[in-house]
Amino acid sequence: MDHFPTNWGRPRNDAFDAYGTYPIHQRPVNDTFTDGVQRTQHPIVTGTSVLAIKYKDGIMMAADNLASYGSLARFKDVQRLHPVGDHTVIGAGGDMSDFQYIQRLLDELVTDEFAAQDGHTLGPVEIHEYLSQVMYARRSKIDPLWNSLVIGGFKNGKSFLSYVDLLGTTYTASTIATGYGAYIAQPLLRTAVEGFEETLTEEQAFKILENSMRVLFYRDARSINKYQTATITEKGVTISESRHLETSWSFAEGIRGYGPQTQ
Amino acid sequence: MFRNTYDSDNTVFSPQGRLHQVEYALEAVKQGSAAVGLRSKTHSILLALKRSTGELASYQQKMFRIDDHVGIAIAGLTSDARVLSNFMRQQAMSSRMLFNRPVPVNRLVSSIADKAQVNTQEYGRRPYGVGFLVIGQDQTGPHLYEFSPSGNSYEYYAMSIGARSQSARTYLEKYYEEFADCSLEKLIQHGLHALRETLQQDKELTIHNTSIGIVGPSSEHETGIAPVGPFRILEGEKVQVFLSSMIPKATAEGEAAQPPPPAAAAGDQDVQMAE
Amino acid sequence: MVVENGGPILVAVVVHDRGIMYSYVFFPRLGLTRLEVARRWFSINSTLTMTSIGTGYDLSASTYSPDGRIFQVEYANKAVENSGTAIGLRVKDGVVLAVEKLVHSKLLVPGVNRRIHTVDKHIGLASAGLLADSRHLANRARDEAVNYRDLLHSPPTLKSVAERVGLYLQAYTLYSSVRPFGVSTILAGVDKTGPQLYVLEPSGVFFGYHGAAVGKGRQLAKTELEKLNLAELTTREAVMEAAKIIYLVHEDANEKEFELEMSWIGDETKGLHVPVPKDLLEEAERQAKAALENFD
Repeated sequence: MDHFPTNWGRPRNDAFDAYGTYPIHQRPVNDTFTDGVQRTQHPIVTGTSVLAIKYKDGIMMAADNLASYGSLARFKDVQRLHPVGDHTVIGAGGDMSDFQYIQRLLDELVTDEFAAQDGHTLGPVEIHEYLSQVMYARRSKIDPLWNSLVIGGFKNGKSFLSYVDLLGTTYTASTIATGYGAYIAQPLLRTAVEGFEETLTEEQAFKILENSMRVLFYRDARSINKYQTATITEKGVTISESRHLETSWSFAEGIRGYGPQTQ
Repeated sequence: MFRNTYDSDNTVFSPQGRLHQVEYALEAVKQGSAAVGLRSKTHSILLALKRSTGELASYQQKMFRIDDHVGIAIAGLTSDARVLSNFMRQQAMSSRMLFNRPVPVNRLVSSIADKAQVNTQEYGRRPYGVGFLVIGQDQTGPHLYEFSPSGNSYEYYAMSIGARSQSARTYLEKYYEEFADCSLEKLIQHGLHALRETLQQDKELTIHNTSIGIVGPSSEHETGIAPVGPFRILEGEKVQVFLSSMIPKATAEGEAAQPPPPAAAAGDQDVQMAE
Repeated sequence: MVVENGGPILVAVVVHDRGIMYSYVFFPRLGLTRLEVARRWFSINSTLTMTSIGTGYDLSASTYSPDGRIFQVEYANKAVENSGTAIGLRVKDGVVLAVEKLVHSKLLVPGVNRRIHTVDKHIGLASAGLLADSRHLANRARDEAVNYRDLLHSPPTLKSVAERVGLYLQAYTLYSSVRPFGVSTILAGVDKTGPQLYVLEPSGVFFGYHGAAVGKGRQLAKTELEKLNLAELTTREAVMEAAKIIYLVHEDANEKEFELEMSWIGDETKGLHVPVPKDLLEEAERQAKAALENFD
């Protein structure tokens, strides 16, 4: 019941009283002229590159532990590799809060799948398809989840490595690098891995990733020298403790031509 | 008007804790012609008896394809079956769309069972009047399920539903231990023998009244089947070769000597909503 | 006959020789009162028991009988009593669920067609009664668990799930347009407060237990459970005891075939609700059979 007697006997809906004869003219909240709803147009707290390669036993992935706030190295112990069930790991660059949301989605999915207890499990292929549907649906609403994701997994004797990003773009390859790594690390990975997917040992695969991570740390101003690796093989998923990169900056002494030096 | 005080709608338990409307819906399944399902280690098959209302009429459809890997045979109200099979198709497509995965057969069956359960609990609805045999193959191999209007679904080695299906069941119970290692041809032969048990006295299985549904690799009598063995329905001339493989009943493995199983053993036909 | 806490007490039901049925009820405030329950048909139906059948008070969950009972809920309990027994044990370091799954056909595939459901990673649900209803309830419990996770970003406690599912059950006892659930449900799990075990009934009431039994053989099962020192048992020992009880209860009922279905949650399962592994299940069955022979 409307307890304002001045409203009684009047049309209560703007559809019938578009020009607001009483009490004051007010535009309906959601008409054509209201401001559009603003969607995510840029990421806020971000992670940088994710690297992943195929090797003899499955997939190896690496990502550093930094979440930047603009150019500030804001959070230095963020895990950007996330296990999904027993056969899959996803690695994420881009907006970390969107990534946390994606983790929730996947965890719920895995819990549902566990609750069914019928011998069916989601493998990397299914996770990839699911994520690509989610990412594409969100970009089609012009409200993307601002991430680039790497999906690596091993199930039923087959390894799987793929990429999905905020546009819903997908591809699979034997080496994947996102973010700055797509420019800096990808050529290194391709040279080292392509054609050797079935022969590279775990040690070799690790060396390749470690080396690429080091190069990225030298070149990528949004990276940090603390990172984790994940392996996904027949035996399941392992995510390492954080590792430290050995780097040497003594060469910087000899650089001339930048900054204040004149000689 | 009603047979008793407690059978007029779904929302009433009888003092014994039974649901009469649900039990009557199970009776509707028995009004339909029979369907039989069997499973081996490699195949699941369905066999169904089609009815025709007269010489000028076509034979009713008893089998439906749900997806490449799943098919059903029905007994009871065909229109209810069409609604449910439509739902199953949507579920199957959604699984392919969302996960690029053929829907696990047990989950597909559970999804319609859960739908059917709601119709046993709310006023103003009636339970579905149709039973399904569902066959399919997925990551865990070939399967056979029964779905019934009570909202229950069970996995079986072999099962039959519909009119006089108890006779077929008696046959299946006698031979089911052999089924696991049967070839597809032998499995179909068993299925036809079981289906034959549901016939009325003067009837026999013909290419017109018999449908065979298969998932699993191709039989030696089929051509152009993809290696994974998607669901297909054999009807008409394609059935002939299998009908011909049947052992005439009089000589069927010395069975003639024994009296036929008591016609649909009245006691077993008694409907009870399973726990 | 029926005692409700603090409410009226039904003292007796008498069928008068003129075919009028009276119930004598003691109201705390009014004292003993005679209420006419029904006329006439009772002279004909006097063989029928209690005040329920034929009175018309038992046709809907939204109707009380004059003595304050809701017969539809009681009839729902009858559906539970017709079903194979389910038990739950809450022990030192975990919980165990066991079900006597009656096998209605030898064509059934063993090991599937489960009566124990998984609600969340750490929560299991076993019920006795209409199987389709228990699936409905399990699905609802899963939804509640997911909701809890969405809202609070942590695994739900057993109590929170039991409360929510209890409310859901209760809602189905309020209206004539639905019927109550024909299941009694055991909810078991290990949460941050340790091992937990609850039983939910068709009326929506629930209680926590150390050992619980529902279904046909619950009386005997409860007697057996009471003999155990549940607080001291390990989960592995509880598996053995649960199997023994189900075998004993089954033999007592002289039923047809059955299959033992068990699940557990504990340190050995890393806090996950999973079926008892095959070898352990077989060992439990072997011990149960041996115990039965000694019992005789």
